[in-house]
Amino acid sequence: MSQIKKNPPSDAFAPGDFEIVGADTAQSERFARRPVTYWGDALRRFRQNKLAVAAFFLLLLITIMTIAVPMLSPYDYAKQDLKVRKQWPSADHWFGTDDLGRDLFTRVWQGGRVSIAIGVLGALIVAAVGCVYGGIAAYFGGWVDMLMMRIVEILSSVPNLLVIIMMSIILDSSSIPTLLLAMTITGWCPVARLVRSQMLQISRSEYVMAARVMGVPPLQIVLRHMIPNTLSLIIVNITFRVPGFIFSEAFLSYVGLGVQPPNTSWGALASAGQANLLFYPYMMLFPSLFIALTMLCFTLMGDGLRDALDPKLRR
Amino acid sequence: MLKFTLKRLGYMLVVLFIVVTITFFLVHSIPGDPITAMVQDLPEETRTVYLARYGFDQPLGVQYVRFIKACLCGNLGESLRYPGRKVIDIVRNYAPVSGVIGGLSLAIGFTIGILCGILAALNRNKWPDKLIMVIAILGTTIPTFVTAAVLQYLLTVTWPIFPTTGWGQAKHIVLPVLCMCVGPVATYARYMRSSVLDTVNQDYILTAEAKGVSQFRIVTRHIFRNSFLPCITMICSSIAGIFSGSFIIESIFAIPGLGKYFISAINDRDYSVVLGLNIIFTGIYILAMLLCDILMALTDPRIRYSNDR
Repeated sequence: MSQIKKNPPSDAFAPGDFEIVGADTAQSERFARRPVTYWGDALRRFRQNKLAVAAFFLLLLITIMTIAVPMLSPYDYAKQDLKVRKQWPSADHWFGTDDLGRDLFTRVWQGGRVSIAIGVLGALIVAAVGCVYGGIAAYFGGWVDMLMMRIVEILSSVPNLLVIIMMSIILDSSSIPTLLLAMTITGWCPVARLVRSQMLQISRSEYVMAARVMGVPPLQIVLRHMIPNTLSLIIVNITFRVPGFIFSEAFLSYVGLGVQPPNTSWGALASAGQANLLFYPYMMLFPSLFIALTMLCFTLMGDGLRDALDPKLRR
Repeated sequence: MLKFTLKRLGYMLVVLFIVVTITFFLVHSIPGDPITAMVQDLPEETRTVYLARYGFDQPLGVQYVRFIKACLCGNLGESLRYPGRKVIDIVRNYAPVSGVIGGLSLAIGFTIGILCGILAALNRNKWPDKLIMVIAILGTTIPTFVTAAVLQYLLTVTWPIFPTTGWGQAKHIVLPVLCMCVGPVATYARYMRSSVLDTVNQDYILTAEAKGVSQFRIVTRHIFRNSFLPCITMICSSIAGIFSGSFIIESIFAIPGLGKYFISAINDRDYSVVLGLNIIFTGIYILAMLLCDILMALTDPRIRYSNDR
């Protein structure tokens, strides 16, 4: 007990040893460094995820290739050349040629244009419609909300693939716009549900209540709190939905309801390649490879985005 | 509970009726008539006879009432392409085939997926976790028809172990089921992993550990039971997809199932078969969803009470 150090006696310091520094109000209000915004923080977190960044750049590369190759290639994607049918990959034809002598390298990238365009556009359309619908339902509430959500419930009780098939038959889809219509006609339902529940959750949160109490007009609450807080969720959702659309398009083309020749897509190319699989496996290999690669990239990037934008969800 | 079930049942019937109505009018809104869509240059008289035979010359309202009446009697129409082939017969003969393949692959995929998910979660960030997650991501990103084609190529051409296509013997089932397993395994492994990770952090697991329950017992009694519940939602939508999910697999492996007939009806533009099968698929889907709701309410009292109110 005697080992305990005693406090220094109070007469060890004289009042003169202390100096009043004072508090400078102007100084303390200044930011020492630039404030970290939400998006800046998200970008920093996204950058730390090497896999997601790699996926992003690979996607960028694929997109550039789909734009550039059909423009620069010496071959036309629809031009048939019966003298060079079914050639294995060579210096002239990097991915070989198909059974009508069309250059597969050009065709794969032309198909990529269609596949990626459908994937991205489809996800964007679905997100836009879903946001507006879910937002309106959440904003008005009451019977409007109930009616709108019942409609969604009925629409989503039909298997999605069946709706797509039926719609493509009815629209006789062969062009990209009709294909997109068929795929998005009920595709927005899950997004609407998601947006609605997120918006309801936000409108019940403390900071929105605080804003309301302070007399912030409703429109400003929607613009300032509801939309930015839902946006991250929607961005992540779009990223995860793109592969779904690419896959649906591949399925439709595979069945014969999708893009019609001479135009093509990865699904259509894979389907055409399947017929020659036993003897010319390269015809199926390349389009399938790019479907898988693109879907993989979007999934990885979506994982990265989710972790970056929504720290709560991170495990 | 009974009230809940009846309520869901009534709701289901309403939904089914709406879907049937919408589908009917959509199919009949296709420009031109089904006969012309199939056969281009038919003499005018023959066309009229055919139209009258299938009742296409009647006003749409009359056709609709007739269709609904027939549906209620269990008659879902007859193929336009192959006269005499009734939709209900297609379902009766070929639904079991689809059911066997889909059910078997779902059962196998579900079991393996759940086990993989638990294994991954319990070895978090170690090699089994990483390996399983890589396989799971690949499984969700590679389209089924690619998996099917590659497996078909490897196991029937390079190493001829299984027959390429066909139906009737046990060896014909292996490849299609293998291909259809990949999706469920990947989905359930990912889902179960995150569900288990949620459960592991709960207080009751800590309590169980503190009072000295063995690790094995914690996993089987506490973690498995509680993380399994959310998976029920998933398995119900998978059950709903058993019949409609195997379109591609059935046509690749030439299996006489519902999916194959659906696809060939699409390619033939055989509208009445498409319409009939669509109703069947939707009916199965809604029924599975109903079962799912009941199952959820049975296993999780919180849902039952929030719905009963």
